[in-house]
Amino acid sequence: MTDLTKLTLAEARDGLAKGDFTSRELTQQHLAAMEKGRELNSFIVETTDIALDMADKADEMIKAGRGTGMTGIPIAVKDLFCTRDIHSCAASHILDGFKPKYESTVTANLWQDGAVMLGKTNMDEFAMGSSNETSYYGPVNNPWRATKQDGRLSENNYVPGGSSGGSVAAVAGHLALAATGSDTGGSIRQPAAFTGLVGLKPTYGRCSRWGMIAFASSLDQAGPITKTVRDAAIMMESMASYDDKDSTSVNRNVPNYEHALTGDIRGMKIGIPKEYRMDGMPQEIEKLWQQGIEWMKAAGAEIIDISLPHTKYALPTYYIVAPAEASSNLARYDGVKYGLRVEGNGLSGMYKNTRAAGFGDEVKRRILIGTYVLSAGYYDAYYLKAQKIRTLIAQDFAKAYEKVDVILTPTAPSPAFAMGEKSNDPIAMYLNDIFTVPASLAGLPAISVPAGLSADALPLGLQLIGRAFDEETMLRAAHVLEHAADYTAQPKIWWGEK
Amino acid sequence: MEKYIPKYIQGATGDWEVVIGLEIHAQVASEAKLFSGSSTKFGADPNTHVSFVCSAMPGMLPVINEECIRQAVRTGLAMGCEIHLRSVFDRKNYFYADLPQGYQISQFKDPIVGEGEIIVDLEDGTTKTIGVERLHLEQDAGKSMHDQHPTQTYVDLNRSGVALMEIVSKPDMRSAEEAGAYFRKIRTLVRYAGTCDGNMDQGSMRADVNVSVRRPGAELGIRSETKNVNSVRFMMQVIEFETRRQIDLLEDGGEVFQETRQFDPASGTTSSLRSKEEAHDYRYFPDPDLLPLEFTQEFVDDLAKALPELPDAKRNRLINDLGVSAYNAAVLVAEKESADYFESLLDSLAHKTGKAKEELAKQAANWVIGDLFGALKKTGKSISESPVSLKDGAELLALQIDGTISGRIAKDVFEIMLDTGKNPELIVEEKGLKQVSDTGAIDAIIDEVIADNQDKLVQYRGGKDKLFGFFVGQVMKKTQGKANPQVVNQLLKPKLDG
Repeated sequence: MTDLTKLTLAEARDGLAKGDFTSRELTQQHLAAMEKGRELNSFIVETTDIALDMADKADEMIKAGRGTGMTGIPIAVKDLFCTRDIHSCAASHILDGFKPKYESTVTANLWQDGAVMLGKTNMDEFAMGSSNETSYYGPVNNPWRATKQDGRLSENNYVPGGSSGGSVAAVAGHLALAATGSDTGGSIRQPAAFTGLVGLKPTYGRCSRWGMIAFASSLDQAGPITKTVRDAAIMMESMASYDDKDSTSVNRNVPNYEHALTGDIRGMKIGIPKEYRMDGMPQEIEKLWQQGIEWMKAAGAEIIDISLPHTKYALPTYYIVAPAEASSNLARYDGVKYGLRVEGNGLSGMYKNTRAAGFGDEVKRRILIGTYVLSAGYYDAYYLKAQKIRTLIAQDFAKAYEKVDVILTPTAPSPAFAMGEKSNDPIAMYLNDIFTVPASLAGLPAISVPAGLSADALPLGLQLIGRAFDEETMLRAAHVLEHAADYTAQPKIWWGEK
Repeated sequence: MEKYIPKYIQGATGDWEVVIGLEIHAQVASEAKLFSGSSTKFGADPNTHVSFVCSAMPGMLPVINEECIRQAVRTGLAMGCEIHLRSVFDRKNYFYADLPQGYQISQFKDPIVGEGEIIVDLEDGTTKTIGVERLHLEQDAGKSMHDQHPTQTYVDLNRSGVALMEIVSKPDMRSAEEAGAYFRKIRTLVRYAGTCDGNMDQGSMRADVNVSVRRPGAELGIRSETKNVNSVRFMMQVIEFETRRQIDLLEDGGEVFQETRQFDPASGTTSSLRSKEEAHDYRYFPDPDLLPLEFTQEFVDDLAKALPELPDAKRNRLINDLGVSAYNAAVLVAEKESADYFESLLDSLAHKTGKAKEELAKQAANWVIGDLFGALKKTGKSISESPVSLKDGAELLALQIDGTISGRIAKDVFEIMLDTGKNPELIVEEKGLKQVSDTGAIDAIIDEVIADNQDKLVQYRGGKDKLFGFFVGQVMKKTQGKANPQVVNQLLKPKLDG
């Protein structure tokens, strides 16, 4: 039989519909790939039995003519999503053994449409990280390794980006057809760029946050990680919904995103923000961006230079707002109700021991930053000021969208880096989010599209940022960009060969 | 109205003035909690009214219960306060075992209700205006139970998430009596508005009591805050104790420290709970899970229109329109149930007798407060448990008003009603208690009495006017109280005078 793991989601959907293969066959091949790919450490939990059971049900749905775009598609679920009776710990020790009695709205939507769950993917602990090195379950290895000068593959492991590192590794390594991710400051887009995948963060409020383990509530959004733009469109439609259980969810119809992929962007106005041309940005990133501009122009789009003047404040603003919310969101992990408990002297002793043992260093660092910026006497100088700048950043975008339809930027300032290279330098690590954070702060949809390779043959991505709730225009542009780039590179398999 | 006279306390070194502010926590009368659908019913088994939201499971989100918003607005309207069309829910962060989220959702900078004024009546006949600073909505915490296990604390989350209104006064009270009157007035208002059951035994209303002392006219002193005082009597004890303690401290050359104290009902004293240095930094910030709360003036107006008549308006109507004495009107309106009973009784009485309410109100009020309340007090029953139904009460009064029975007989009939539960007409019938107004019959009895008491007649005619009452009494005695006293008076006078 052909290797079904190499299919795109759209191809698998069409094959299932035509009866070329069953979801059980598709799922079995992915389960086998997962087993072979354990060296990637992309899965924390493999839900093999559940996957086969869901695949059989999906096959029945398809047979009965009730199939949707996601029916029978084996996907990986980031450990951040609560899945009923299944390990849901956000890759943190503090949630040890936690199995919720409820299903997140996003995953419930996917199962409703007949998607098949392969397992829960590794991630940076509580989604805090840009390299997937902060997981309690160990770092995730990028299926991609740099190619050395002599043309041989590096023996070093590379990071997959983060925080959705397990999700991208699973899809890039062909262990899953697609995966759910969550994006707070770039956690879908940056890892997608690091692994040659498409990562879509929708408008804030498009997907329900109910049942997603919270990192920073005003920024967290779920989104798809897929092999192609079309796949992202199909999966996005299933994940998105209005949910009255989430007060920040927005009540708007979910369009058929795939219909937006017309291939025609003639006359579309594409903004190029001058502030994204950073000092010290690698030449190859700058070059790729320029190439992207040329591709879009060639496809008939109008390129317009724009200014987003508050861009330089986005990263510091993000690293005040997100830790502030996190410090409060993570207060519930106290050893009283669920997860880890380490006994101590009295209640406060138990708190201290539990939280000291349960949280990793990066999480502790952000809790400390967040607690600090909210403290009496510092609130106005940090948190309040950050909120004001956040408003200015959103206004920058609003003004730009008076003139343009989408904005084109690089996704990340570098390709994937070697494991351990930045893990002791938080500032260097935080700089990974420099291009992704502004759209997060403004609540705008953004997508990373694989667009080329670095000098050492690692994937690079370009980012498109859309108007609020206009994922369709953004997807249309992304689809054209994807075709122009004609990105076909695949990682050379180095895992599971022993 | 009398002029308000400031009250000073004599110390060893001169006069002192006590300054009191109250933070009243009133549980919102609602079926469900503030941010979840769990029941608020009191007295259930521990942890049976707990949802995923109120136990702070990962990924759970709050959704505002609109009825709680309406109740807060109604309360604000009842207190004559400014209603804020936009308010914000904030997180108040602190750790405790019975606070599952690790923060309480409250309102800090922008409460739903702003300033207002409450007028209270004092015992000396004066009134005092006490300012309301604000009312805000917040979640209650769970309950820690320290007495269930020798070394461990149990937590009951039934209360967790129940909506509370915190009503903050200005520091306008100057005595325990004023504070008591203010608290009672707020309780009356929320019970009229139907926004809190005011049940203090079940903890539906409790207060944090802020007390400071100063020399008359001086700047405000340093205050202590005594937490969770759950009866008016205890509150007054706290104020008396704190006033004395602080004056003694200051007069001995000591200093009052800003601190949180707790009340011990057994000893009637307060003791320090934590000092200012140990005070929490609550790190308030807007809850990113909830959008700002916004509603229209129309929404407020509709609630205002539907509000029932409030105690001040009702009292004025009883006095001015119905001729009830000021004292009786105040007694009747203090409890909504009493006022309701009185008004229904009056309706029914007017219907039975065909007379205008204003002709009947005074007598009805006297009967309710004198006879009925007296009987209820003896049996320890509340008005809602009254052994005399509205119908029977009205009938009894009607019998008196139409002259069927005398006031004296009415008291006997009422006693029989209390003992037997029979209806008054039946009792009058059975016992033959109808009043005699037949002048012929009464004439004959008067003649008999005069004949039997010739010596008294001589004394009367010799100037001992007081003996008139003796003759009346004898006539009544001979008729077993059934003679119409007015007829007796009319007939007796000329006969005695000769």
